[in-house]
Amino acid sequence: MASDNRGTLPAYAEKLAWLESLEVGSPQDQRGRRRAMRAWAALWPVVLAIIIVLAVWQLIHISGWKRQIFPGPGATLANLWDQLKTGLLWHAIGTTAERAVIGFGLAVLIGAVIGALVSRIRPLRAAVGSLITGLQTMPSIAWFPFAIILFGISTTAILFVIVLGAAPSIANGLIAGVDYTPPLLLRAGATMGLRRLSLYRHLILPASLPALVAGLRQGWAFAWRSLMAGELLVIIANRPSLGVLLSTDQDQSDMQSATAIIIVILVLGILVHALFSLADRSIRRRWGLTGSS
Amino acid sequence: MVRQVSSVTVTDRRAAPAAAASVRLTGVSKVFGRGGSAVRALDQVSLEVAPGEFACLIGASGCGKSTLLSLVAGLERPTAGEVSIVEAGRGEEGGREGGRGVAFMFQEPALFPWLTAAGNIELALRARGTGKAERRQRTAELLETVHLGGFGGRRPHELSGGMRQRVALARALAQDADVLLMDEPFGALDAMTRDVLHDEIDRICADRQLTVLFVTHNVREAVRLGDRVVVLSSRPGRVIGEFAVLIERPRRIDSAPVAELAARITDRLREEMSRDGQ
Repeated sequence: MASDNRGTLPAYAEKLAWLESLEVGSPQDQRGRRRAMRAWAALWPVVLAIIIVLAVWQLIHISGWKRQIFPGPGATLANLWDQLKTGLLWHAIGTTAERAVIGFGLAVLIGAVIGALVSRIRPLRAAVGSLITGLQTMPSIAWFPFAIILFGISTTAILFVIVLGAAPSIANGLIAGVDYTPPLLLRAGATMGLRRLSLYRHLILPASLPALVAGLRQGWAFAWRSLMAGELLVIIANRPSLGVLLSTDQDQSDMQSATAIIIVILVLGILVHALFSLADRSIRRRWGLTGSS
Repeated sequence: MVRQVSSVTVTDRRAAPAAAASVRLTGVSKVFGRGGSAVRALDQVSLEVAPGEFACLIGASGCGKSTLLSLVAGLERPTAGEVSIVEAGRGEEGGREGGRGVAFMFQEPALFPWLTAAGNIELALRARGTGKAERRQRTAELLETVHLGGFGGRRPHELSGGMRQRVALARALAQDADVLLMDEPFGALDAMTRDVLHDEIDRICADRQLTVLFVTHNVREAVRLGDRVVVLSSRPGRVIGEFAVLIERPRRIDSAPVAELAARITDRLREEMSRDGQ
């Protein structure tokens, strides 16, 4: 008891001072602080996870497992920092990002058109519906020999495989969205006089949006994988890309750089994924599908 | 084409109530499925709703009430017989192509969740080819009509059940159809909200000279609202009785005359149901 009292008194004074410091701030300060608190609430689990990964990595390094080959986090992050200061890595990121945008964009266009046609035209669905699902499950790397023979060692070959990898998911997402458009809404649309194109534009497409976004997200995952595989297999001279850098690191057994590039690829993947989550969340909020609106 | 005449503004329509249309069903049957599993939902139903009349359809569940509305709306075709919407002074118009000249209100509001309340109403106007500026103005007017003036920017999920059904009503009115079909539109609402909406339906339908076919399983509601109550038998649906409601408006759902007539209709329904049970 006595020891407790000795401990609480200074702690109490400290708490009081802290409370007072809270009240001193202007309303604007308080709003800013609240925003910072919210950002921190979202951020700290991520920071903690990164710290845990780095710690485990460091422990493995200290344990001495493959120490000659496998670099610790310190050396790797230093290597990454050095590379970020050179133009080469940014050039490579630029090339890879450009291919990702063009390839994914083409896949969205082609996937959406195919999805729209297949979902509305019955014989077409019977003919190619299962083919689309088949293509979706096909490992896209298997297309590279085909693509390289067809287009040579070129960006076109890479884009071709990206589209083949991503378009089926996007088409299937749209088809699922059309299939699951609530019949009641279709009846409401029909009595309102929505027909054909206007029915598609004002009812079926917006109703399909959540499923389409899910398809886009999955399509992106396939596109990103196809792109990485393509950049490792289809190496074009004088066009540095993330794949080329990785491939060079492999040739030179530069494990530090290889790990640094993998981190870059991982971070890019997470960033794009976050964009899709943002889109998904905003749709859910607008539709009232979340608990808090 | 014929419908374009009715695209005048609300005030104009009040001045010209002659635009009303009537609904006519002649020997209409509807069979779902084929062979042994075929279900006869409607059998030889003949019914005429006069221009500006408010007719309530009542019957036990499974009597084909909703099917009947779908046929009138042109969402489905009758197996036999004929359904027509007759416009005053404009000859007959088969209700075959979905939704021509007929507005529909469902038990669920069936609002599009990706649009605001105003957006839902505007879309109905847009489907009819109304221009942008007029759409704005008409939407504002319609929101006022259903007493949702300040709620145009809300999304359906931000509105209460009663408010959603008001938006659905405004959306149906936006079609400016002469015939309004309602399939238990207040079935999912609490009694208080329903009573208020009854008053508004009364006012709006009288103002606009709407020809209404209102389906419900609530006998008092039918008597409260209708000029006439049509009783359907179940499986297959057949017209087995008609009651003219001569009670003066405004009516109250809990008034003695309403209760009295409702009791008579309920007796008739019970009789039918007990026969059905044998």
